Amino acid sequence: MVSKEQILIWLEDVKDPEIPVLSLIDLGVITEVVVDADQVTVEMTPTFVGCPAMDYMKLEVETLLKTKGITPHVNISFKKPWSSDLISEKGKAALKKYGLAPPPSNKVFTDLEILETAICPSCDGDNTEMKSPFGPTLCRALYYCHDCKEAFEQFKPL
Amino acid sequence: MDHTPLKELLYKMADDQLILGHRNSEWTGMGPLLEEDIAFSSMAQDKVGQSLALYTLLHELGESDPDTVAFTRNANQFHNCQLVELPNQEYDFSLIRHFLFDTAEALRFEMLTRSSHQPLAQLATKIRGELRYHTLHANTWIKQLGSATPESISRLQKSLEYALPFALGIFETSLYEKELIAAGIFEGEQALQQKWLAKIESILSQTSLQLPDLKLIQPIVGGRQGKHTEHLQPLLDEMSEVFKIDPTAEW
Repeated sequence: MVSKEQILIWLEDVKDPEIPVLSLIDLGVITEVVVDADQVTVEMTPTFVGCPAMDYMKLEVETLLKTKGITPHVNISFKKPWSSDLISEKGKAALKKYGLAPPPSNKVFTDLEILETAICPSCDGDNTEMKSPFGPTLCRALYYCHDCKEAFEQFKPL
Repeated sequence: MDHTPLKELLYKMADDQLILGHRNSEWTGMGPLLEEDIAFSSMAQDKVGQSLALYTLLHELGESDPDTVAFTRNANQFHNCQLVELPNQEYDFSLIRHFLFDTAEALRFEMLTRSSHQPLAQLATKIRGELRYHTLHANTWIKQLGSATPESISRLQKSLEYALPFALGIFETSLYEKELIAAGIFEGEQALQQKWLAKIESILSQTSLQLPDLKLIQPIVGGRQGKHTEHLQPLLDEMSEVFKIDPTAEW
């Protein structure tokens, strides 16, 4: 039987369908991989409860592991709920490179004023303004950078 | 264990989310500005997704699958409060409803993070975070438009007075109030209403809007028992139109 470590390496190839530079591992939606004698179980949890990409991500995980000769059980649950703090440092760097401002720690999220500005992913400045807490997908908010004179999106803290 | 009280709680919450989610989606393509179009569409997606998660909890307790429950019941089998089924009307009413309902909803899920029913507590922990964006959105606009021009203030004031009797119907007493409280599943509608009142008072006090004396308002109840306005059945017919063409279709 293959090791858990090997499976995690393989799963690096499964990307977020809406942010193709970010693997599901770095996104933090794969919360557990258990390798038993003859069964691989993958636990997943959605970023947002209404995320329409969840079934697709599950299918991608199953499809990839099948190419490696494994038929996994993939469970979706809220036992370990997703938070933006689960995005890895590597994932945050990938988001920034992609042009999306990475989320600040969700510890600050109780103070809603902190959402008023975000660090611009292009110029790293904070002369920015929130235009809307809702963007093109549930996990993104809209901002404007007054220095770059450009709109940008932030992956929301949650 | 008798799950009737828990199921009743889950049904009314899931139905609230589904019906208001549908109403929010009616703003898609119609919003007064692009950001508002996107906001109401996103909140629709959140709420419908949250209803699916709640119907899934019901399915795990032996109820029919979520699609069957959502698309095949008639209006008198729905337990949503009447506030959420009212037509969108003008943007001022939609905004006031969004503010009054979502404040209560966010507090309800906050309370349910302490529920003795573990699957519900886990889901509530998740949903609570998402709803912060909904209340942030509502509070921002109420504070802005509630202090802006004579027209924006009078429009919101009129909508507030129209919506309040329906809003008090959110907290219609359940037949199982005592059982839910005793079992530690939910702290009860009365406790929720008190927290809600304190919250909306604190936001409205930052605006030019006046909160009428709620003791003088007769709540419009009945939604939790399946009694609805004439507006719910046409909404359900539209929502289930595609599903009913072929209920066995794979999506």
